[in-house]
Amino acid sequence: MILEIKDLYKSFGRTDVLKGVSFSMEEGEVLSILGSSGSGKTTLLRCINFLERADKGQILLDGELLFDAAEEKTAKAKEIRKKQLNFGLVFQDFNLFPQYSVIENVMLAPKLLAKEAPDFKTNKNHIYEEIRHNAEDILDRVGLSEKLDNYPCKLSGGQKQRVSIARALALKPRILFFDEPTSALDPELTGEILKVIRSLAAQNITMVIVTHEIDFAYSVSDKIIFMSDGVVIESGTPDEVINNSSNERTKMFLQKLSEK
Amino acid sequence: MQLINRIIEQFPIVFPALNMGFLQTLKLFAITLVGALPLGLIISFGSMTKFKPISLLTRVVVWIVRGSPLMLQLMIIYYLPGLVGKNIWGGGESGRFIAAAIAFIMNYACYFSEIYRGGIQGVPVGQQEAGQVLGLTKTQVFFKVTLLQMVKRIVPPMSNEIITLVKDTSLARIIALQEIIWAGGAFMKSSHGIQGQIWPLFFTGVYYLAFCGILTLLFGYIEKKLSYFE
Repeated sequence: MILEIKDLYKSFGRTDVLKGVSFSMEEGEVLSILGSSGSGKTTLLRCINFLERADKGQILLDGELLFDAAEEKTAKAKEIRKKQLNFGLVFQDFNLFPQYSVIENVMLAPKLLAKEAPDFKTNKNHIYEEIRHNAEDILDRVGLSEKLDNYPCKLSGGQKQRVSIARALALKPRILFFDEPTSALDPELTGEILKVIRSLAAQNITMVIVTHEIDFAYSVSDKIIFMSDGVVIESGTPDEVINNSSNERTKMFLQKLSEK
Repeated sequence: MQLINRIIEQFPIVFPALNMGFLQTLKLFAITLVGALPLGLIISFGSMTKFKPISLLTRVVVWIVRGSPLMLQLMIIYYLPGLVGKNIWGGGESGRFIAAAIAFIMNYACYFSEIYRGGIQGVPVGQQEAGQVLGLTKTQVFFKVTLLQMVKRIVPPMSNEIITLVKDTSLARIIALQEIIWAGGAFMKSSHGIQGQIWPLFFTGVYYLAFCGILTLLFGYIEKKLSYFE
């Protein structure tokens, strides 16, 4: 198992957002997380990506403990960073760096990371060349090779989100997380993002996708979990969760969505 | 006509004297920027830190400095040491300059710190988070992600403040620093063999106007340079 989430709890003040979430997935799988707003999906993603610290629970990567809430809070920032790099996160509202061009957005983190390599000083030009080559390659894969030197303010929402996917991919994360990647987009732009995610799935990239696009989740996922009120109430193959759900809350949610 | 003739006659004597004064004005302006721009950033970090004693202390200092007249601060810094013990500034121009520089740097650093704070807090938190999930350190996030976005945000309020500083330097006249207002005013009594003339004092306005004009152009240029992103 590549990722195993064990019994995560998180509250903000007196609001309990996660109340014991567990799930696991295999390498190369695509897992979608469905659920109504406020069910804790985003918080779950933020806890796994070290943007929030879970109050209780564990995160295992390749069977090894990556995070344990029982351990002391004073984990070194450097260690957390290192662990963080196992994961990539694509935000709902892109969060591109506006002062950098498309290719610079993609190269920034790899360049800064390369500075820590022991052979950086002697090999600088070669390393930078490789980073650029890699960035161009990834941007080509998301269909943006024409836009390398554009700034984010000149891009459409769909293009911005594709840059942000490329930026996350450039660090070659073990697992790529998407937090409602199409929610900030006009319906006609949603398709281009879903197409990119599909192509990543075809390349066997391990992904966790929080989404409201049921049809998309159904067709792209190996596994779907359904969250409600801070817990996973149902999980299984897309067929099991979407077509043959036995859970009342899941049925209600799916019905509401199909009425829209 | 008589006045114009007099001005033409006295100009060759007045002009170099005013230039000397303006040089001192420029020096005070420059040293204030050199000191207050970075100090303001440190103070803004102090006021934003989660460590309560530090943030409280900085907020009190900012309150005192912004809450009292700069002219009063100049007088206190210059005269107080002599009153309570030893006059550390001496009687010369260099002592006055150092005292004035300290007062100006402290005062402007506090104003700048609030502008910085607004600028930093105005950068969406998602920018920091994006940097963080990409494995950037806090320092890298600040210098590579936040800083330029903050600079873009603060150019208009900063240009306002810096143009105010140009004219505020004249307050140093209160401790007899020989800046341009002092140099111009000296001709009212007697200076360089000219007595009872007020036109040199009025003429100093031309220097301020010219210098502020140049700064306005400069800030307009910076603003335009930074308009390539939003």
